[in-house]
This record gives sequence, C-alpha cells and structure tokens, in this order.
Amino acid sequence: MATEATQGAEMAGHGAEHAAETGGLVFHPMDQFIVKPLFGDGAVGMFTITNVTLWMAIAILVIVALMVLGTSRRAVVPSRSQSVAELAYGFIHKMVEDVTGKEGLVYFPYIMTLFMFIVVANFLGLIPMSFTTTSHFAVTVVLALCVFLGVTILGFVKNGPSFLSMFWVTSAPLALRPVLAIIEIISYFVRPVSHSIRLAGNVMAGHAVIKVFAGFAGLAIISPLSIVAITAIYGLEVMVAFVQAYVFTILTCVYLKDALHPHH
Amino acid sequence: MEGQLAHIGAGLAGLGTGLAALGVGNVAANFLAGALRNPSAAASQTATLFIGIAFAEALGIFSFLVALLLMFAV
Repeated sequence: MATEATQGAEMAGHGAEHAAETGGLVFHPMDQFIVKPLFGDGAVGMFTITNVTLWMAIAILVIVALMVLGTSRRAVVPSRSQSVAELAYGFIHKMVEDVTGKEGLVYFPYIMTLFMFIVVANFLGLIPMSFTTTSHFAVTVVLALCVFLGVTILGFVKNGPSFLSMFWVTSAPLALRPVLAIIEIISYFVRPVSHSIRLAGNVMAGHAVIKVFAGFAGLAIISPLSIVAITAIYGLEVMVAFVQAYVFTILTCVYLKDALHPHH
Repeated sequence: MEGQLAHIGAGLAGLGTGLAALGVGNVAANFLAGALRNPSAAASQTATLFIGIAFAEALGIFSFLVALLLMFAV
C-alpha cells in the first residue's frame, strides 16, 4: 500500500505538470486511484485508515444489508431486496454446481463471498466521487493469491502426489509430454497473475477512460460530444463491473474443478 | 529523450490491446455463429464463452499494463 501511495503521488505530480502545460486539463485521469489517509495528511502505513479501507467497509456493509436484512423477512412473495439476494444466491449456486459438480458445492460459501465482494466493490466504484477498491492490484492480487494457494493446497490434500499428474498430459505423444509439462507448469503459475490483473486492469482502464473524456468536456466545442461519450462509457462500465466479477468467479470455479478432478 | 522513447513504447504496447480486441471479437463471433445454428444449445455454453473471452482478453490487459508501466513507472 505504501508503494502504491508514492506511485499515486507521482501520478498526481505528473497531472499537475500536465495541467500547467496545457492549461485546460485540471486533473489527471489517474488521480482517482490515489490512496489517501482519511484522517490527517500523514504517510500511508500498514494500518492507516485510508479511503480504500472506507470503501471496502462500505462494500461489506452493503453486502450484509442486502443478504441479511434483505432475506430476514423470508416472504413468500419476495420484496425487491429479497429477490436481488435470492437471484445472486441462485446464480452463483448454479454456476458452482455446473462447473465443479456436486462435490464442489462445499466451497460455495467462499465463492459466493468472492463474487459478492467484487461485484459490490465494482458497483460502488461507479458512484461519482467514490473510490474503486478493485482497481488496485494490491486488492485483486490478494484475492487471486488466496484462490491460487487454496486451490493448490486443496488439490494436494484431495489427490495427494497424483495431483502433479495434471501437468503430465497422457493423451499427448510421449515425446511431446515433457514440453507440454513445462508449458502446463508455466500456465499454472501465471494463473494468479492473469486472474488478478484482468480484474484490476479492466476496472482501472474503464474508470481512466471516463476521466479522460471528462477532461475533454472542458473544451467548449466538443463538450456535448464528450458528455454523450461519458454516458455511453458509463453504461459499458456498468456491464464490465458485473462481467468482470462473473469472470473472476467462474475462473475460480474452473481452478477449483482442476483441483478436484486433475485427470481431465 | 528517454522519457519520449518510453512514451513511444507505451504507444506500441497499446497496439496489443487492439489485437486482444480482435481475439475477443473472434471468440464472440464464432460463438454467435454456432449459437445461430443451434440456439437450444447456446444458453448452456455462455459460461464457456466468458471463459474464452477472459483468456483472450488477459494478454491484452498485460500489454495495457506494460503501457501503464512505461507511462508512469519507468
């Protein structure tokens, strides 16, 4: 987090320079991702309460409100919040069952937690002036590493050393198998990298593009066009926010399936 | 000079995102072609579609990341 803060500060310096040069752009598109302490102006340390902490806490509160309060009445005819909660639950439950099979359902609570956190954090980030926690690699790398370590340990616990047979492709000719094994091992260890960077990269890129178009709105000639573009991209971002949470979750399911059944 | 070269490199890395767009479009187009031939089987394959799109997109995101690193970190 500390390094990110310094990076953010550098970006801010960059932005100020830029504004001085052109005179039009008063903010930098990457300024929105700066991690700031909520109280005071000190450096960001390990336990500093920052805007990231605040928006993560808000995400947790929203999820609890939706899932606990929404379903507490247990109405036969569901209210709006109850049907959203039921839809989300049914959607993820079906996804886990379809991809990993019946025995994967034991891990459903973890996958549901992942999905709810990412989707709510993404949607909260779309509120103007809010902070998008999932746009930071520090956040998504932790999520992806938890999945990667958990799935690897689970694979060894469930299958023992035969889990390594996942890298030895028996359907290929014998001469090709060592080469394939190297490729498989590399692709296995790239998983947490692509898993985390996909989410953070998509969310960050979308938000930066919105801010770039917002910068164009300062020029009187193209401001109507730029406002239309912001609206259109915002609509796209609403979709991306959901699709990226879905992709993160379904890839978790795929990795889990590989750990439970390494032989196909 | 070095900073300008980094910006050129960032622009070149940006090409990678466009190529990833080609890949994603290819996945979606082939899915659609298959889905129109057999619409009843399409709904069960949307998860596979998204997995394919995610894998095609990952490398584009990598090049976007390289562009960002060249712009802000180098």
